[in-house]
Amino acid sequence: MTATDPNMRLLIVEDDRESADYLVKAFREVGYVADLASDGEEGLTLADTGDYDVLVIDRMLPKRDGLSVIGSLREKGNRTPALILSALGQVDDRIKGLRAGGDDYLPKPYSFAELLARVEVLSRRHGGPAEETTYRVGDLELDRLSHRVARGKDELTLQPREFRLLEYLMKHAGQVVTRTMLLENVWDYHFDPQTNVIDVHISRLRSKIDKGFERPLLHTIRGAGYMIRDGIR
Amino acid sequence: MTAFGKLIRTTAFRLTLVYLFLFALFAASLLGYFAWNTRRLITEQITSTVNAETEEIGEIYSRRGLRGLVFTIENRALRPGANLYLVTTPTGQAVAGNVGSLTAGVMGSSGWSETEYRRLDDQDKTDHRALVRVTELTSGFRLLIGRDLEERRRLFGIIAKAAQWSLLIVIVLGLGGGIFVARRVLRRIDAMTGTTQRIMAGDLSGRLPVGRSGDELDRLAENLNAMLERIEALMIGLKEVSDNIAHDLKTPLTRLRNRAEEALAKSGNETEYRTALERTIEESDGLIRTFNALLMIARAESGQARDNMDDFDAADVANGIHELYEPLAEEDGMTLHVKTVPAPLHGNRELISQALANLVENAIKYGKPASALQPLGAEAAGSREILIEARRDRDQVLLSVTDRGPGIPEADRRHAVERFVRLEASRTLPGSGLGLSLASAVATLHGGDLTLGDGNPGLRATLALPARAGVNERVAAQMQDVPQKVA
Repeated sequence: MTATDPNMRLLIVEDDRESADYLVKAFREVGYVADLASDGEEGLTLADTGDYDVLVIDRMLPKRDGLSVIGSLREKGNRTPALILSALGQVDDRIKGLRAGGDDYLPKPYSFAELLARVEVLSRRHGGPAEETTYRVGDLELDRLSHRVARGKDELTLQPREFRLLEYLMKHAGQVVTRTMLLENVWDYHFDPQTNVIDVHISRLRSKIDKGFERPLLHTIRGAGYMIRDGIR
Repeated sequence: MTAFGKLIRTTAFRLTLVYLFLFALFAASLLGYFAWNTRRLITEQITSTVNAETEEIGEIYSRRGLRGLVFTIENRALRPGANLYLVTTPTGQAVAGNVGSLTAGVMGSSGWSETEYRRLDDQDKTDHRALVRVTELTSGFRLLIGRDLEERRRLFGIIAKAAQWSLLIVIVLGLGGGIFVARRVLRRIDAMTGTTQRIMAGDLSGRLPVGRSGDELDRLAENLNAMLERIEALMIGLKEVSDNIAHDLKTPLTRLRNRAEEALAKSGNETEYRTALERTIEESDGLIRTFNALLMIARAESGQARDNMDDFDAADVANGIHELYEPLAEEDGMTLHVKTVPAPLHGNRELISQALANLVENAIKYGKPASALQPLGAEAAGSREILIEARRDRDQVLLSVTDRGPGIPEADRRHAVERFVRLEASRTLPGSGLGLSLASAVATLHGGDLTLGDGNPGLRATLALPARAGVNERVAAQMQDVPQKVA
């Protein structure tokens, strides 16, 4: 897996014992502090008192459902990023989840790599250079205002969509972004294409930013997605 | 519940009771009115007769004196069916007439009164009632003329009897009719209940009996039958889906299991295990995709996705999908073109995008010319092209994807839209076989359809969706929205 912040604190609210244990173990393995709550009430209390970076909340929970947990947190002014896990994976369920105050929505079944990538992107500590006007990775530079992209001394010409793709990757430099994350955030589609459309876009982008340069910046993370980073770091 | 209990609980029977009561009331008031009027008429008749005779006899008295009066009275009193006559002296002594006894005091007061009386020649010694007028003659003699009220009493008796009988008839006929109607209704309802119980027990092919009269029960039965028809179709669809799921998910699941088993049985090194695990994950991802597609289709078909509809331009959808798939097509050695005109739609943008994406994916996968079968160079220029189009045709928006591939034979086209159908030619290529059925379900959800046509050569798949309604209708729709927002 990728380098992660060992101090990241995570709360998992999930009532299914086995998936909960699996998640806690998996997150601890990548170096996170992961706490577990097994129903909505407990989740709400813990989320309210503990200082967490990200909440991972199952949608259907005993005592209090996930959306209502997030709703009460938001009412109290608690803005901890929350990711909703749900067996309901349709577009309208997703919209409902985001409307209730969730920050991301992941339908079950999911791969842990996908969940990890999303949690990292959500985390406040990994917020990255969100508000900056210029993103830099190694000698690659992207100016969000003038839409200029340059690598070293070479000016690069990107199509609008390629620019947005690179912008998203660079905003989350050093973090894994998955194909579905790209499809959702760069193209705003929430369906699952049966083919490798995203890979083709990435390889086009790669041929523009990495081709002819000694050190590649855009990396494929096997079984997870892509990451842009300066190899040396 | 007993049969009788059931009967008297029917709506028809209860209505009958209400009507029965109303009819009885009506009959009673009619007869009452009739009786009252008759009484008035008889009284009037008696009054005028008595008045005339009093006048006549008064005249006789003034002309011929007491002798003439007595003579006339005696004469008249003997006639059959005569009126009542009585002449008394000022001291109350009877002088002439046919009255034997009277209620005391009648003779003393002048004017009209009703009285009990007995005739002189009366055999049965019973009292009768009469309406009488007493007048005082000039000499202090008093004259009573009256008429028996037997006639009026008898008439009243007749009316009372008529009332009894008519009430009895009304009740008997009403109850009988009510029971008859209620039983008829009950029989039909029982037949319906029997059928519904059979249906509830699992026999979905049962239908309610529909009569020929076209009354409300028949209309109800027809509607219920239409509902059953729909339910049966849905159930059959569900069964087909589960059969297909069983078939098409079990195959990859078996594959998955076999691989895991094989890897476990073989004592391989770490790399081999890793490869086996990676393939397992790949396979399960494919399964998840198939499952998601199935859920999506079910959702679209059941109409649940209607919530997330908004207004947008189909041209944007076409351009977006073109932009997304253009590099993929190019990598496959094909060219993806797009041609659009503004085409406003109201619908679920995400679903329509996905439907179009599926058509484009199909075109990329299967739309290559079967060059192996053709002589070299026979491939016409541009034959590796795919065209996405968004256009308007009257009140329809057409989103079509045309390729120059081998196409689908006309006979197979309808079949191709069904779930999990993968035509012979495509069995070797990856895919779940759900792309076209999803596109079709999305079209149906929006009140449109998916047609597969000839691209001359190649395949042209067209999503025909109803165009967004005119501006006026949209304004009306927005106005309808306002109270909802307030609430």
